[in-house]
Amino acid sequence: MKAINNHYDVVIIGGGVVGCAIARELSKYKVNVAVLEKEDDVGWGISCRNSGVVHAGFNYKSGTLRAQLCQELDVPYKKIGKVVVAQKKEEIRELKKLKAQGEKNKVEGLQIIDSTELKRLEPNVKGIAALYSPETAITSPYLLTIALAENALRNGVSFFLNTKVKNIVKLKNSDFRINTNKGEFTSSYVINSAGLYSDRVAHMVGKDKYRIYPCRGEYYVLDKNTSWIINHLIYPVPKVGASGLGVHFTPTIDKNILIGPSNEYIKQKDNLSTTFQIMKLLSTETQKFLPLISSRDIIRSYSGIRAKQAPSSEGGFWDFVIEESNSVNNFINLIGIESPGLASSQPIAKKVVGIINKKEELSPNSNFNPLRKGILRFEEQDEKTKKALIKQDPDYGEIVCRCEKVTKKEILEAINNPLGARSLISIKYRTRAMMGRCQGGYCQIRIMEILRESFKLSPQEITLKGNNSYLLTGYRSSKENKLCKKKKLLSLEEGLLV
Amino acid sequence: MQEKEVIIIGGGAAGLAAAVACHQKGVEDILIIERADYLGGILNQCIHDGFGLEKFNTSLTGPEYAQRYINKVANKKIPFLLNSMVVGLTPQKEVVVVNSQGLQHYRARVIILAMGCRERTRGAINIPGARPSGIYTAGVAQELINLKNYMVGEKIVVLGSGDIGLIMARRLTLEGAKVIMVAEKLPYSSGLPRNINQCLYDFDIPLLLSHTVVDIEGNGRLSGVTIAQLGKRGGIITGSKRKITCDTLLLSVGLIPENELSREADIVLDNITGGPQVDERGQTSIPGIFSCGNVLQVHDIVDNVSLEAEYIVEGVVEYLEGKLNKEREIKVELRNGLRYVVPQTLIRVKDTIFSFRVNQPGEKKVIVFENGKKVIKKKFLRRVNPAEMIRVKLSSSELEGIKRLKVRLV
Repeated sequence: MKAINNHYDVVIIGGGVVGCAIARELSKYKVNVAVLEKEDDVGWGISCRNSGVVHAGFNYKSGTLRAQLCQELDVPYKKIGKVVVAQKKEEIRELKKLKAQGEKNKVEGLQIIDSTELKRLEPNVKGIAALYSPETAITSPYLLTIALAENALRNGVSFFLNTKVKNIVKLKNSDFRINTNKGEFTSSYVINSAGLYSDRVAHMVGKDKYRIYPCRGEYYVLDKNTSWIINHLIYPVPKVGASGLGVHFTPTIDKNILIGPSNEYIKQKDNLSTTFQIMKLLSTETQKFLPLISSRDIIRSYSGIRAKQAPSSEGGFWDFVIEESNSVNNFINLIGIESPGLASSQPIAKKVVGIINKKEELSPNSNFNPLRKGILRFEEQDEKTKKALIKQDPDYGEIVCRCEKVTKKEILEAINNPLGARSLISIKYRTRAMMGRCQGGYCQIRIMEILRESFKLSPQEITLKGNNSYLLTGYRSSKENKLCKKKKLLSLEEGLLV
Repeated sequence: MQEKEVIIIGGGAAGLAAAVACHQKGVEDILIIERADYLGGILNQCIHDGFGLEKFNTSLTGPEYAQRYINKVANKKIPFLLNSMVVGLTPQKEVVVVNSQGLQHYRARVIILAMGCRERTRGAINIPGARPSGIYTAGVAQELINLKNYMVGEKIVVLGSGDIGLIMARRLTLEGAKVIMVAEKLPYSSGLPRNINQCLYDFDIPLLLSHTVVDIEGNGRLSGVTIAQLGKRGGIITGSKRKITCDTLLLSVGLIPENELSREADIVLDNITGGPQVDERGQTSIPGIFSCGNVLQVHDIVDNVSLEAEYIVEGVVEYLEGKLNKEREIKVELRNGLRYVVPQTLIRVKDTIFSFRVNQPGEKKVIVFENGKKVIKKKFLRRVNPAEMIRVKLSSSELEGIKRLKVRLV
């Protein structure tokens, strides 16, 4: 549906996994929707920086991300199960409590296992007992966000990237005017899904008092060579009142292992640094549970930031706020969506649409197509298919990223997509190129060249992650080149005469 | 399935030298498989000179050095594949290749691994801080500047004093960038002394030993780094931190032999070198799979890569002729002061070149080879430096009757 004068029925502020899930859910109805995202791509805030775990729900009440959704959107989803490992006797009591809580939340299959059974499930993990949850699954948090966005886009939602909301005004006709760095938008509804900045956005128009405390978690990423070391998600027994689930070990969809996250309240919401102290702590925790892992297995570290409502003095998990503002009609706030926000994104979206539906009676969009196809991964195909693919398109025969075996065709598909990747990081999230052990040492330059050719960019315009993250400062010796062009160069004979 | 006598994986310095040497010894059914669209590998981006001093007795640039071998490959009409990635290798010596023509299987009687090495990255050494653009490994910057004609930045800090880092400090200076400093974590440089003189001192670029980067700043592009001095035990000296404004951080913090394929074929690797464990002619734990160049051990100079490739080909030819018989297997045992040795095992009594690296710099050292308790050779060294590979040749007569080979540095 085409917007007139930048007016939309609903404007969603924030293109994270929750914002994109709401956009997709709304695209099932005849509604004009715009998503405003300040970054160059969706999912770059909290959504891409977590463990990618779909919780079964015994730590806290949680909606579940249905395997079916992942199937519709062609997003990897794997039920691998989880063990919460006790190393001290007194922790076994905590395991029992967790089990009871989980059963109250109707989590199936929970059982306490002894050290023999733990050894059988996880021969390399040190522990005396564990709570085993077969239902816990993993997904790819960024692929899920991208898939939701692509599907929403296909079903008529407009996405405005690099669009940062400056202020919001409630107009006399009860519409909202949203001022951004990319101009004005008006809308009948605003959904504040701004994650870490949801408090700031809420304060732009309403009187509601919210405050988000950024709480950083740092991670290590391990080489795929280590994937054999664990079979399930490995968690420690959570400490009472802690603001995170403790440093855990997560096998990812792509066979890396994540170690983390730590748990540290910080001052700035955009400080995604990693630190010496925490890196050390992660190593110590690793030694406690998995002494087989060494620092040589680390290929990268990163951090994510939880949007916590609970201040550091209190800690713990507070319920998500998903409600219409008390002071401003048609302004829906989503505050404090932290873990398990990824797992809950779908139910949250349904709840938000429910709020609007109560007021508006939305009519269904008969053209809605729930299906979305991801980028076909050459490496995951059987040999016959691989051969056929290369025959069909020789770009499949050009392996650009050697570590993850990503072909040129996959890179081009990431670029030539309606939501389109324009930076190295966007390509990385979509294809896995540059995620392997050489961290782009081989393929980064090739991908920069593909980007440059696709968008006819000058060297300075190629970025790592949009905005000011340029990778090159220009052509080599550009000053000299210019000088040469201005002056007529002397020929050899002329040179000799001089 | 296509059958070949010898398949060489990698068309860089090692692969080309091995191919030419094979051909010279009468083995003509060869295939070189190269992933780039040119032969010569990393030599092509090394446009500085100093190559070939040992091998050709003259100073060549990297591309010139490579060209000498490429010409030989062309003259001898040795077949090669370009733009072709080997994606599979089995212990049965089957190779799977992907290129735009399709996916092909080859089987060879001998495989020579010549895949070279890759650079250690920021992730592997765990530098804390933000994740802006403008952090490059020295080799990536070198490729961008020398092969793609791009400039990577204007104000540069180099971390690590490996040879590529030193060469890039000079290169960037020549291109008009300001190289503020080269910081090295260790109390000594990991680059060759001649590079420190020619690349840093000649250009007034300071080399700060026992210094490292402890923080990185920048939201989009890198805006600065914090460096700190390290004490004797590697801890940060209090009060030594200082911020440096720059837009680029270049890393030259080590090279890792590229053995993903070797691992796939279950070849036994050496934890220290990162390369396969080999016998005296570069044969890996799988008979008929040989290894040479930087994939076996990281070399300081390319001449030694070529020499090593030619040297292992002796074994390749013997293998093809069915003459490479294992007489016994002796493990070369390392003692004090030495970080690694190649070869790790001896299976025959042959003239053998041993390569070593020491743990730390020193003067007036001796490498002692012992058969049990009997000293069979001593090699005197005026100076030793971890940056410089030590190569010692033992003749077959010196190795005669060997039961147990121990090597130490005193």
